[in-house]
Amino acid sequence: MNNYELMVIFTPVLSDEEFKAAQKKYAKLVTDNGGAVVAENAWGLKSLAYPIQKKTTGLYWVLEYSAAADFNEKLKIQLLRDEAVLRQLCTKLDKYAVEYNARKRSGVKSGNEKAVEA
Amino acid sequence: MAKNEIKYLTAIKSDKRVKKFCRFKKYGIRYIDYKDVEFLKKFLNEQGKLLPRRLSGNSLKFQRKVSDAVKKARQMALLPYVTDLLK
Repeated sequence: MNNYELMVIFTPVLSDEEFKAAQKKYAKLVTDNGGAVVAENAWGLKSLAYPIQKKTTGLYWVLEYSAAADFNEKLKIQLLRDEAVLRQLCTKLDKYAVEYNARKRSGVKSGNEKAVEA
Repeated sequence: MAKNEIKYLTAIKSDKRVKKFCRFKKYGIRYIDYKDVEFLKKFLNEQGKLLPRRLSGNSLKFQRKVSDAVKKARQMALLPYVTDLLK
């Protein structure tokens, strides 16, 4: 079992229910394959830095989960087949990243703020 | 006029240059988040290009991590690939 972070950009044409349904679908896919969802964060509608498929906005969704290493290929295939997905990115999290995300979720300063001023 | 007064053609630099440091090492940052766009912008110039280590002072280990994070942010349309007036 490894820790991963998935970020998906859905098309902005999805309605609220469709967006929620898509989130649920992929979260379910994780749990069905023996994984566990650690955290879920829907950023919602956000403007893109450059147009993707002639769209200037996208619905962002971040999912943190732990799963077996061979699960990601399955997930990727599902995401690539989905018409509603503009982009997806799966990142493996090392122990420092897990710590950072946990601290960020609990609202404690992550420590990166100090370096911003420097 | 004193005899032993020395004159230079070019002014000598009196103030000592402040040594650059790696902010990740100094503040103990272990993970660079690609989702934190405002933080990553510290390492980019106006055109959205990555600043060299010569200017940012990052150690090689963390410069690589910064570049990876910036590339991920670009893929996910959080940062632009090319632009003018990023800041």
